[in-house]
Parts: sequence; structure tokens; C-alpha cells
Amino acid sequence: MTAISPAADKAATRETSIAIAEARARARLRRRHALVIGLRLAILVIFLGLWELGADYNIIDPFFFASPSGIFEQIWSWITEGTSQGPLWLQIYVTLEETFLGFVIGALGGIAAGIILGRNRLLADVFSIYIKIANSVPRVVLGSVFIIALGLGMASKVALAVVMVFFVVFANAFQGVREADRAMIANAQILGASPFQITRTVIIPSAMSWILASLHVSFGFALVGAVVGEFLGAKQGMGLLISTAQGAFNANGVFAAMIILAVMALVVEFIITRFENYVVKWRPAPFNEQGA
Amino acid sequence: MQLQTMAAQKLSPAAPPADAAIAIDDVTLRFVTPDGHMMTAIRDFTMTVARGEFACVVGPTGCGKSTTLNLVTGLLRPTTGNVRVMGNPVTDISRDIGFVFQVDALFPWRSVIDNVAAGPLYRGTPKAEAYDKARDWIARVGLARFEKHYPHQLSGGMRKRVALAQTFINQPKILLMDEPFSALDMQTRTAMQDELLGLWSELKSSVVFVTHDLEEAVALADKVYVLTAGPGTVKSVYRIDLPRPRVMADIRYDPKFIEIAKVIWNDLREEVQLGQSRGLQTGH
Ligand SMILES: Nc1ncnc2c1ncn2[C@@H]1O[C@H](COP(=O)(O)OP(=O)(O)OP(=O)(O)O)[C@@H](O)[C@H]1O
Ligand SMILES: [Mg+2]
Repeated sequence: MTAISPAADKAATRETSIAIAEARARARLRRRHALVIGLRLAILVIFLGLWELGADYNIIDPFFFASPSGIFEQIWSWITEGTSQGPLWLQIYVTLEETFLGFVIGALGGIAAGIILGRNRLLADVFSIYIKIANSVPRVVLGSVFIIALGLGMASKVALAVVMVFFVVFANAFQGVREADRAMIANAQILGASPFQITRTVIIPSAMSWILASLHVSFGFALVGAVVGEFLGAKQGMGLLISTAQGAFNANGVFAAMIILAVMALVVEFIITRFENYVVKWRPAPFNEQGA
Repeated sequence: MQLQTMAAQKLSPAAPPADAAIAIDDVTLRFVTPDGHMMTAIRDFTMTVARGEFACVVGPTGCGKSTTLNLVTGLLRPTTGNVRVMGNPVTDISRDIGFVFQVDALFPWRSVIDNVAAGPLYRGTPKAEAYDKARDWIARVGLARFEKHYPHQLSGGMRKRVALAQTFINQPKILLMDEPFSALDMQTRTAMQDELLGLWSELKSSVVFVTHDLEEAVALADKVYVLTAGPGTVKSVYRIDLPRPRVMADIRYDPKFIEIAKVIWNDLREEVQLGQSRGLQTGH
């Protein structure tokens, strides 16, 4: 028997050819990335350009459908001169505050309820029917109830945001708890964990990806809850701004408020994604990202 | 059985003595299947493991080996019969038990060291001490460089070693192992078997080791239980009188070992064939 080893110079040439191939692949990826961004920008420009042109030549009636320049002027005047209800940042702040409060209360409540019911079969069986019923009520209608009961202030908007968020988070937390790996729970039990330790160190972490997934969607829901609440009756906030603009047949104002809301939602979405990546750093990267 | 020579001695099943580490006495266990029927997993099952004894369990797939271990932990309760651990009926999950699972049961959100330290932390050991112990055990299974890795960053064999460290760190008096090495390559497996025997003689624990691999069973055990195809019951028990300490890399060439393995294989073969033909019939 003799051992055979590949020649050393062969290995060296192989290494350089691998390096070249890698560089080429990287360049190709960069070019593709630039292409995607370029196309996206082009679509945006064409879309806004056609809209503006259409409005200029009265093909699209700017009175009903606004125009990009009109929307921009509206936002600019809100920023520089303030809105009819006071400065723009105050409206944003009020809506964000309602949204955040509703989001946090609803999410915490949903997580707690999901874990308690997920861990207790009897409670789950008893309450599941009521949760189904409550979930099938169109929740936006509750907004009117809250305005009647809690008044025009912040409480009614927060309450509406809470119910918008609660059920989504609850359903996901419940499912996440139910899907916790049985072998893992048994392992913790045998290693000496008490039921509370199991909940804290096994159930909650394994339900975490379900919960985080629901947080993404439910922030949007909280925002809808707050804005609709303001729409139905308020003294401040982006929803009121929309409803005032609507009352004055100011299409530019409606679109401008919508765009501001969208930017708010995108910023928060970005923050939640960062938070998620921080919390679940143990999760393996998908195969196509590995080694990148 | 004409070959009751030398090392492989067939034992007659007897009622377990009161002071045994593990005593499973005439146990039957039925599961309720999803469609509402009863399914007998094991029946009339009697097994004794003395203190400090190393017992292996072999049998065809699906015959109830994992179920037997779960009865000892208390995660499953017998339908009839009774199970005692260290002389006491099993009522709760005992702190004396360690269990290496057949499936991967590490916590994926904990790094290797946090996984290994889990047992002592659950049991109230101060943090610093728990982590010192964990570092020690991680080194003993040869993973000192991987303390900060997460399970998904390890190979299958490395994960198994973490599972072993996680179990051994509690120094269990009773060690239950469900095919712990079946996913390992030959070299790693031999090394882990040697390590296991070393730890076992050090901790003086009583072991039930489930395996598909008859040679592994004979090499490790004081006593081998052969189970029938499901519903499982004890077909025969062999005492293995190969001298200790045993060296795993060499023992498989020992003529006495080969002879014993042959005898038990003759016994096991019919059950395996039976299990397979049944599996084919029911489309498993
Ligand atoms: N929770 C359960 N509900 C219903 N049936 C079950 C359950 N757990 C196990 N069984 C059945 O009990 C029988 C024995 O299962 P067990 O897991 O003990 O087999 P095993 O001997 O460990 O098999 P393997 O060698 O493949 O691991 C199988 O037929 C299985 O389908
Ligand atoms: Mg099994």
C-alpha cells in the first residue's frame, strides 16, 4: 500500500482559479443588484411622470386623483406652515403614541394569553370558542363603541389598536407554544426544569419565531386601528388630518397623509426586523445566504 | 438453546428483587391511536437492572424500546403492572435519571456551553459553578473550541457529544440512552463507547442502553435483552461475561465476542424478519 498525495503545484493553480471564479461571481452579483435597483427607480419615475403628465393634460383629474407635485407641495406646506390642527410633527407624534401603546399592550396581552392557553389544554378547550367568536367580529366596528365609551381622547384609539393587535399575536403565540418540540420539553424536564423554567427556557424561545412573525403584521394593524379611531372622531392625529382633507375635497391632502403613514410604517418595520435578527441570532441562515 | 457455554449465558426471567436500580414488573402499555383504537406497544414486560449494571436492549424497529425507557423516566405510565426506580414506585420525574434521546433534543437557541450548563442551572447550582462544570464536560467530550457555537453550527456527531455532556453533567445514578451513537461514524462511535464505559465505571451508574446494533450491545453490556417484534416483550436475556475493562476497537475481533454475537443474532434474526415483513404488509 502506498499513500498518494496530490502534487503541490496543482493545488496552487487550483487555488488561483477558484479565486478568479469567486471574483467573477461577485461581480455578477453586484451587476445584478445594480440592475434591480435601477429598474425599481425607473418604474417609480415612469409612474410618477405619467401621473403628473396625465394631471397636467387633464387626462387624470387632479381634483379627484391629486398629482405628484400637488402632493409634494401639500407635504411641504404641512412641514413649513403646519396643518390646520397644528404642527405636522404633533400629528405624527399623537398617532405614533396611540399606535405604540396599542401595539405594546395588545402584543403583551396576546403573548401572555397565547402562552397560558397553549400550556393549559382545559383552558384552551374552554376559551377557544369565545376567541373564535371574538375574532370573527369585524373589529373596526368596535371603534365606534370605543369612541362612545371612552371619548374622543387617546384611550379610544389605543383600545382599537389593542384589539386589532391582540388576536393576531395571540393566535401565533398559541400556535408557537403548541408546536414546541416534545422531545425538547422532555429533555428539559429530565434535566431538572420546573414547569415555570420549561415555559421560560423552552416554550417561549421556541414560540419566539411565531410571535415575531406576528409582530411584523400587527404593527400595521395597530396603525390602522389608531388611524381609523382618529378618523371616527378625534382632536389630533393623522387620521383626523385625512378626514379633514376628505371633508375639504382635498385629494392631495389625503394622499400626502397616506404617504406619511406609509413612511412611518416602513421605519418601524425596519426597527422590528433589526430587533428580530438580534433576538433569534441562533437561527441558521437560509442555505443561499450561508458563507456570504 | 444448546450453546450455554462460557460467556453468553441465557437467563430465565424472574420477578425483580426489591433493591434493583430499575425494576419493570409485568408491564403492559397501550396507546390510544389517533383514530381512537388501542395499540399495544409493550406487553407483559419484565426487566431488572441491578445497581451499577449495564443493560442493553435490542429488538426490531417499532418493538417498544423507546417506550420502555419512557416508562422508567415517568414520562409514560404503564397501563398495567408497575415500574420501580431505586426501590420506589415511579411517580414523578426522578432527579437521579439522565436520558440521552434518540432524536436531537438540544436547545437550538442556546450555545453549546449554555446547553451543557442547563441541567445544573435548572437544579439551582450557582451560575459560576454550573459554567465551570460545563466547561469541564465540554472539554471531556472534545469540544472545547466550540463552547460558543450554536447547535446548527455543529456536525451531527458533535451535537450528539453535546447531548452526552448535557446528560452526564448531572451525574445521573440511572442513565438511559436511546440509540445515542447510531448517527455517528465508526471511529467517533468507538471513541464515544470507550468514553461511555469510562464514565460509567466512574459514576457507577446503572445503564439501560437501547441500540439497533447487536455488536454494540454485546461489546458494552453486562446483560442483553432481546425483544420480540411489536408488541414488544422480552424474548430472552443474555448475561455477557466478557472481562472488563473492555477496549471497543479490539473487542470486535475477540473470538469469544464473535461467538456470543452469533448466538444472540440467531435469536434476534427471526424477530427482525418478522418485524420487517409486518412493516411491509402495513406499508410502513
Ligand atoms: N405517542 C404514541 N402514540 C401512539 N403510538 C405510539 C406512541 N409512541 C409510540 N407509539 C407506537 O408504539 C410502538 C413502539 O414505539 P417505540 O418508539 O417504543 O419503538 P422503538 O422500539 O423505539 O423503535 P425504533 O427502534 O424505531 O426507535 C410503535 O409501534 C409506535 O408506533
Ligand atoms: Mg426508538
